[in-house]
Amino acid sequence: MEGFELIKQGAEAKLYKGIYLGKPTLAKERFVKEYRHESLDSFLTKERMKAESRAIVRCKACGIRTPALYLVDFKRRIIFMEYFEHSITLKDFIESCSSPQVLESISFEVGKMLGAMHESNIMHGDLTSSNILLVNRDDVQKFDDVSELYLVFIDFGLAQFDGSAEDKGVDLYVLERALNSTHSVANKIFPKIIEGYRESYTVGCKEIFSKYEEVRARGRKRTMVG
Amino acid sequence: MVTAIGFEGSANKLGIGVIRDGKVLANCRTTYITPPGEGFLPKETAQHHRQKVLSVLKQCLEEAGVSPSEIDVVCYTKGPGMGAPLSTVAVVAKTVAQLWNKPILGVNHCIGHIEMGRLITGAKNPTVLYVSGGNTQVIAYARKRYRIFGETIDIAVGNCLDRFARVIKISNDPSPGYNIEQLAKHGKKFVQLPYCVKGMDVSFSGILTYMEERTSNLLRSGFTPEDLCFSLQETVFAMLVETTERALAHCNSSEVLIVGGVGCNVRLQEMMGEMCKERGAKLFATDERFCIDNGIMIAHAGAEMFQAGVRMRWEDSGITQRYRTDEVETVWRVD
Repeated sequence: MEGFELIKQGAEAKLYKGIYLGKPTLAKERFVKEYRHESLDSFLTKERMKAESRAIVRCKACGIRTPALYLVDFKRRIIFMEYFEHSITLKDFIESCSSPQVLESISFEVGKMLGAMHESNIMHGDLTSSNILLVNRDDVQKFDDVSELYLVFIDFGLAQFDGSAEDKGVDLYVLERALNSTHSVANKIFPKIIEGYRESYTVGCKEIFSKYEEVRARGRKRTMVG
Repeated sequence: MVTAIGFEGSANKLGIGVIRDGKVLANCRTTYITPPGEGFLPKETAQHHRQKVLSVLKQCLEEAGVSPSEIDVVCYTKGPGMGAPLSTVAVVAKTVAQLWNKPILGVNHCIGHIEMGRLITGAKNPTVLYVSGGNTQVIAYARKRYRIFGETIDIAVGNCLDRFARVIKISNDPSPGYNIEQLAKHGKKFVQLPYCVKGMDVSFSGILTYMEERTSNLLRSGFTPEDLCFSLQETVFAMLVETTERALAHCNSSEVLIVGGVGCNVRLQEMMGEMCKERGAKLFATDERFCIDNGIMIAHAGAEMFQAGVRMRWEDSGITQRYRTDEVETVWRVD
């Protein structure tokens, strides 16, 4: 990993930044987790690297922006992918944004993308506002004009591709919960996301929403003893 | 100076404790233990609590060395929990409050766990893993509430362990989880089990079904009960540590606190400690006195609330089986 510097330790991996084939590159190393049993660890790591690369390729096919894949190295447990020099997480964007209109239009856009993803049977599996990036089209560090920004989905390690309505419902529920616990404006954002979702995912989304309600009820109504 | 007495009986533990300004004066507990292969049911559990509550109360007051007149507030678990045991204990708390002419305060059980964990360990603003027989939640504090970042979408981790203990018929004394932990120490072979993490949420029902269906086959094909306990623990704890780590990374927090009955499992603490070490965070955990349901945590959380000016009207002093952690506004926290 010559020339690469550690920039962050996420929940699953260490992230390094460097140059690969002349391009700014992010190396995501799923290092050995000492706390888990060896065979469980290598099984999960392999599964997640597969899920992540598969999801990226599938997203490409249906027009959703993700980091481009450069190299998948199972032996070293590293995925090399495109690095966005100028980006902001949706989490930071929401927290710094003061205009309700801007928040609404971004949320609607997130919903549309999500709908397209689900329509192509890609379930992200870990939707949070930290796992969605906003990138400026002109590659500059400027995020105040929504029309200049596009959305990039990252962190597909928990992605699934079997496309059941239940899994899609869970995906939405996970996102709702993540937003609720992170952002005070969550109750304004999530309905807009659903609106966008409905617009892009037209056929068959009714079943997903009834599953979503079901999953939601399971959480809310559980008795939670002792 | 606030002296508080706390009554807890939301599940099969009956606990009464007295606290004075963060100092534990007495912490008494008795557990309703069922035969191997059986779980505890509301009716019988309530019966147990009814039989024991007065002797535990007496013992508690003696140990604490306080007279009723020195107590400022009587606290009890309002919920969540099993209806019958909850109301049994609440009735006693309300009765003594009237006898002694003291104010009454209902406390959220989960908040009790969290506040007690913070008091004992000194953790300032931790990401909390709350794991017990009925709850599995990853919690972090934000904007005057303990917010639930992740939780089980079906059964609790303790429930999964307890029910597996029934499958292989191991003793419920002192607790099924404790006995699984002891057996797991001798496990060698690892069986691959379902692993189910959805974002910061987890699911255990699939693992339990898997175990229920295959345990007899696995035992016949050369795995020992020890191996199964070992594999089950390794798998479910890895899920918990992973989701806690996700929440930790998401919140940029550097403290982890484990509370709840499953929290006194040393293997879980070890794994969590390892994860914390990898990312430069600090782990806080307590032992069975404070992890497992107890009265003192209700007394402590109640005292905090009382000091912050929270009062309860007699009409509101009921119980509720469903009472989410994020329903309570944490008026006693100033940050």
